[in-house]
Amino acid sequence: MATLIDLATTPVRELNQALHAPEATAWRVLNPRGAHAVACGIREDLAVDIEGHVGYYCAGMNQRATVTVHGNAGTGVAENMMSGTVRVRGNASQSAGATAHGGLLVIDGDASARCGISMKGVDIVVGGNVGHMSAFMGQAGRLVVCGDAGDALGDSLYEARLYVRGTVKSLGADCVEKEMRPEHLAELAELLKAAERDEDPAGFRRYGSARKLYHFKVDNTTAY
Amino acid sequence: MEPASHGLRESATFDRATIHAIQRAAETGVYDIRGWGAKRKLPHFDDLLLLGASMSRYPLEGYRERCDTDVVLGTRHARHPLRLATPVTIAGMSFGALSAQAKEALGRGASEVGTSTTTGDGGMTPEERGHSKHLVYQYLPSRYGMNPDDLRKADAIEVVLGQGAKPGGGGMLLGQKITERVAGMRTLPVGIDQRSACRHPDWTGPDDLAIKILELREITDWEKPVYVKVGATRTYYDVKLAVHAGADVVVVDGMQGGTAATQDVFIEHVGIPTLAALPQAVRALQELGVHREVQLIVSGGIRGGADMAKALALGADAVAIGTAALIALGDNHPRYDAEYRRLGSAAGYFDDYQDGRDPAGISTQDAELAARLDPVDAGRRLANFLRVMTMEAQTLARACGKAHLLHLEPEDLVALTIESAAMARVPLAGTNWIPGEGL
Repeated sequence: MATLIDLATTPVRELNQALHAPEATAWRVLNPRGAHAVACGIREDLAVDIEGHVGYYCAGMNQRATVTVHGNAGTGVAENMMSGTVRVRGNASQSAGATAHGGLLVIDGDASARCGISMKGVDIVVGGNVGHMSAFMGQAGRLVVCGDAGDALGDSLYEARLYVRGTVKSLGADCVEKEMRPEHLAELAELLKAAERDEDPAGFRRYGSARKLYHFKVDNTTAY
Repeated sequence: MEPASHGLRESATFDRATIHAIQRAAETGVYDIRGWGAKRKLPHFDDLLLLGASMSRYPLEGYRERCDTDVVLGTRHARHPLRLATPVTIAGMSFGALSAQAKEALGRGASEVGTSTTTGDGGMTPEERGHSKHLVYQYLPSRYGMNPDDLRKADAIEVVLGQGAKPGGGGMLLGQKITERVAGMRTLPVGIDQRSACRHPDWTGPDDLAIKILELREITDWEKPVYVKVGATRTYYDVKLAVHAGADVVVVDGMQGGTAATQDVFIEHVGIPTLAALPQAVRALQELGVHREVQLIVSGGIRGGADMAKALALGADAVAIGTAALIALGDNHPRYDAEYRRLGSAAGYFDDYQDGRDPAGISTQDAELAARLDPVDAGRRLANFLRVMTMEAQTLARACGKAHLLHLEPEDLVALTIESAAMARVPLAGTNWIPGEGL
């Protein structure tokens, strides 16, 4: 039986304080009504179900917990996540999973601009589309997009790997399409399974860094 | 032959440094990247003088009457504000830009005198945390090495929007300094020329910043002071917006502030001098009714107790040093002159922090060079320097009749030049004229 917290009557501060020193492992949060910083900074292996829409930075810097948003999420959901799982049943606003180092972020709907910006090891699976500049400066981790990607996908990419099933409006600087080898199909299959999705990995294309901007060179002037 | 003695005349417009810069660009096809801060002459604290006590005010005895130096930072919202023994702190400098030994020495020196040091763009090292009594953890656009465990270990959090050497620019760290350890901490491939982001990835503008600060407070259970650091440009507005966003402390870094690697054109041509920024920041805080409630730290070219006393008199609560701290550790020491010259520089001129071949073992990741810097000795030198700075400032404050460094006030200052009078909003020496405030 989950511990119930109703944000209509309880401040977010009290919720987060309770989640930082938890006396239960399962939590259910009612009436988030777009509140910011809900369930951020958790360190324990908790299950937190949020029944409604959340504002900015839900599950920010998550460690170990499984946080599910049964609604839409505002800017920066699961930003800088280290481990655990964050799932958004609806859509996510911009900068979903920004700078996250680890764990799994699943967005069942669409994600807006800059999804996975500066990602540092997180895995992100988006059921729908992602907006422009997604995976900008992505350093590590995998971004899976089951729908389409907007402009400048993977701009200034480092070592993050990107998989897109639909169309890519344009690729950003230094991002190129790459060969889909068996190991990539295998890791993609694992990611889709972890996200509870049934798309066929064979229907995706892979994108990564051309690694041409890794060193300052006069030939790259237009890219700087 | 000495050209000038034969009537040859050097161009003021195309001086030798300018000619060399054009030749270098023509040869290499890339812009000059270097360390240090602005080297051009700028209006600075040297252009202000303190008015010692005489008939109308009486001074304090240097050896008998106290002149306190303690300062508390982060009193507005944080449950655990920083209590420092002296209002001079160590500015943010990254492990990566600096060697682990240098970071440890900064921690040791600062801790010995009871003040804080600051991480940089690259995360928190155990050496630094272990040797720093008060450690400020920077929250930068790149978020390299950013993790909530380190956030909780910090004594304060500094949200960095920019730095004086390059307001509007992101960090740089060239490949020769991206060793396996540095790369690992930043999640980057070894040896690449790293460009840090210049904008935060998950917020834009002051309204978002307020929510970001709220999140950082929530994650750390409202314990830690949250600083907001800006490079000095539109300082009056930036400070007001930082206060509205919820900052406990605002850090303003003038264009003389140092960097480990930035384009020379950026360092010399973007931002405003510390002297011009500080009064704007104070005015913003005063107009919001939060001067002294939201503390102000000023950095950028602070070199000693006189600069510190004058900055405090203009309304800062503390100053921060970076370049001066590195010099105290051993940077640019004449003992390395021959080695500096082999690198095409000289003691007193060396600014190639980006290059990773620092003979002093400070701005390097080369294990042999870094081993030259003994963190204990270097830390002691820094502590000595910080003590001297503090004593110098006390000397000046006592002369002005102040029992605490923070009692210094604008009325204790006059300006030597019209420019500095206009910027600092204090009268030109010997007059009661502040440019822009009537005749």
